[in-house]
Amino acid sequence: MAMTRKTKSKIEVAFIYLFFALMFIVIGYPLAWTVMMSINPGTNMLVTQLIPDSPTLEHYIWLFTDPGSDYLIWYKNSVIIAVLNAIGSVIITSLIAYAFSRYQFFGRKYGLYLFLLLQMFPALMGMVALYILLTTIGLVDSIWGLLLIYLGGQIPFNAWLVKGYYDTIPRELDEAAKIDGAGHLRIFWTIMLPLAKPILAVVALFNFMAPFMDFLLPQIVLTDPNNYTLALGLYNFINDQFSTNFTRFAAGSILIAVPIALVFLLLQRYLIGGLTAGATKG
Amino acid sequence: MVANQNTEKKFDMTQPRNIATILSIIPGFGQFYNKRIIKGLLFLIITVAFLIAFWDFLDIGIWGLFTLGTIPREHHSIQLLIQGLISLIVLAFGLGIYAYNFLDARKDAIAKEHEKTNPTLLQGVRDFYNNGFPYFMILPGLLMLLFIVVLPLVFMIGLAFTDYNQYNAPPRNLLNWIGFQNFTDLVQIDIWKDTFFNVFTWTIVWTVVATTLQIVLGLFLALLVNDKRIKFKRTIRTFLILPWAVPAFVSILIFSALFNPTFGAINRDILSQFNLMIPWLSDPFWAKVALIMIQTWLGFPFVFALFTGVLQSVPTDMYEAADVDGGTRWQKLKFITLPHILFATAPLLIMQYAQNFNNFNIIYLFNEGLPAVRGQNAGGTDILISWVYKLTFETNQYNMAAAITIIMGIIVMGFAFYQFRKTASFKEEGRY
Repeated sequence: MAMTRKTKSKIEVAFIYLFFALMFIVIGYPLAWTVMMSINPGTNMLVTQLIPDSPTLEHYIWLFTDPGSDYLIWYKNSVIIAVLNAIGSVIITSLIAYAFSRYQFFGRKYGLYLFLLLQMFPALMGMVALYILLTTIGLVDSIWGLLLIYLGGQIPFNAWLVKGYYDTIPRELDEAAKIDGAGHLRIFWTIMLPLAKPILAVVALFNFMAPFMDFLLPQIVLTDPNNYTLALGLYNFINDQFSTNFTRFAAGSILIAVPIALVFLLLQRYLIGGLTAGATKG
Repeated sequence: MVANQNTEKKFDMTQPRNIATILSIIPGFGQFYNKRIIKGLLFLIITVAFLIAFWDFLDIGIWGLFTLGTIPREHHSIQLLIQGLISLIVLAFGLGIYAYNFLDARKDAIAKEHEKTNPTLLQGVRDFYNNGFPYFMILPGLLMLLFIVVLPLVFMIGLAFTDYNQYNAPPRNLLNWIGFQNFTDLVQIDIWKDTFFNVFTWTIVWTVVATTLQIVLGLFLALLVNDKRIKFKRTIRTFLILPWAVPAFVSILIFSALFNPTFGAINRDILSQFNLMIPWLSDPFWAKVALIMIQTWLGFPFVFALFTGVLQSVPTDMYEAADVDGGTRWQKLKFITLPHILFATAPLLIMQYAQNFNNFNIIYLFNEGLPAVRGQNAGGTDILISWVYKLTFETNQYNMAAAITIIMGIIVMGFAFYQFRKTASFKEEGRY
């Protein structure tokens, strides 16, 4: 009896590992395929090989050096938007969330409902009006207009997330500080902000990565290739001539995916922690 | 005490608080009556400045909102609509200040009735700062939210009740308010009816199947990795969340190439071994199958990571108790693990459904909603949001796009309503 149970357990474990192996193939195959495509010589998809006979870095070099390549400009645009978006959204949301977490004021409860509701609506739903508004203030086809939309659009979700986290910081701390004579901003600066660092890091990370991943808003707002972000640039790049540009596209994608994936894997523990703290506590 | 309550109930014109309130009909005069000259002047100046600055804008805006313009080529209906909506926001702020003017005068008069002395200017400013602090904190964000998120949504709602399409567009034509005409067209005109029905059905199937698959796979993998007998947990976990770490648009475009019937590896390298050629992009059914598989690939890591985190918080003594009672593994899973982790993550799982319902990126980047289908004006894999995108930016049927957006909005509000009742942010509300 004991023997059979042990064998049974071993077989089970073997099957579990087998399943993992299957998952590894399913996950790894598309990624490995892309890497292999990017080191295939030439640009014709029909003659590519999964494991090229003569691997080459020509596509990577092309992206950075060829006068016909706007890759560096796109990279620069994306980084500018991403950095400013991360900083701006941390400032805006940390302030809003502080008011919602610690103060009682007119419209507070309905404000929270509004946030929860609005974060469900994708920006696309209001795109026509946004486009007209940007045209009116002269920010259409500009990365600053795009940045403005990102900054406004992130508020509902992130304010709610940060507010949920602030709520877990004991109120006694700021009440004690208040008794010691600390003002509103001082409490915010010296007590709330340091304790809320993990969730603010999550907000910064989310909003840093969003411009690298978003394709829809740039597609609508930007028209001049000099203003493209990476996602939009790469999409148009292969959309023009799908089969002939794919190897270059693969190289360009890898140069985005690798840094983002690395940052992401390093910080994912905080990400999950922040999400669950904000959304599921209680 | 009792007498006091009686006097408060009866409205008495000669009471200072009522005099102050009535005088406040002209902003500032209530404060003058309370002998708070500086504050009164401030209210008066703000009111006059507001009227001078915004009168014309508000006048045109409100007029435009009702009429959408009267002279073609001269009046631009869409700009008038936007100006009208902005006017409403400005007006709301104005009325807010006006209401505050009443409340403030009344409050000061009541303080005076209780024979409190007026605070000094410094004290007044300090009170204002203390009471106003939360408003200052939210004001910048609130303004951005109003103009970037709320205004466009309300504008879209407005469009749904106009006749704005490619044939009837400003500045050449004026738009008109046409009530629910667009909605009745959507269910009565054949091409709209058929398309709407097909796209709507597929959107629901897509949301339910793709999201459920990614949750089930994520859950299954989380349970497996959590098994005590499994080694190399960290490595396995890292590998399993890789699809989440790679930017989705990159993965989708890669899959789009992989599934390409002519050069994609799936037909060329894998299925050709079995002499199979599947038309992944040109047949609606197979395109849908491919989309669901890709979304499962993209979406399960988030659920997996989430469940992995929550699994560690299931109290072990419950399992020990179950062991004592001779519970089987299946019973432990069904009665302890699943209720625990599903309860803890329900809001985030609902969000997954809501996100897939509006998952524009995968539909558009994979195949642009194609293949085309005879007799309808949306592609075979279009979901509501990608259909709206096409109607707006490709065929300029703004009115219909807006009407469909409203229907989507109502469904999304259903998700949100569930979320309201489940979320921690609201459980905290008991503290006030």
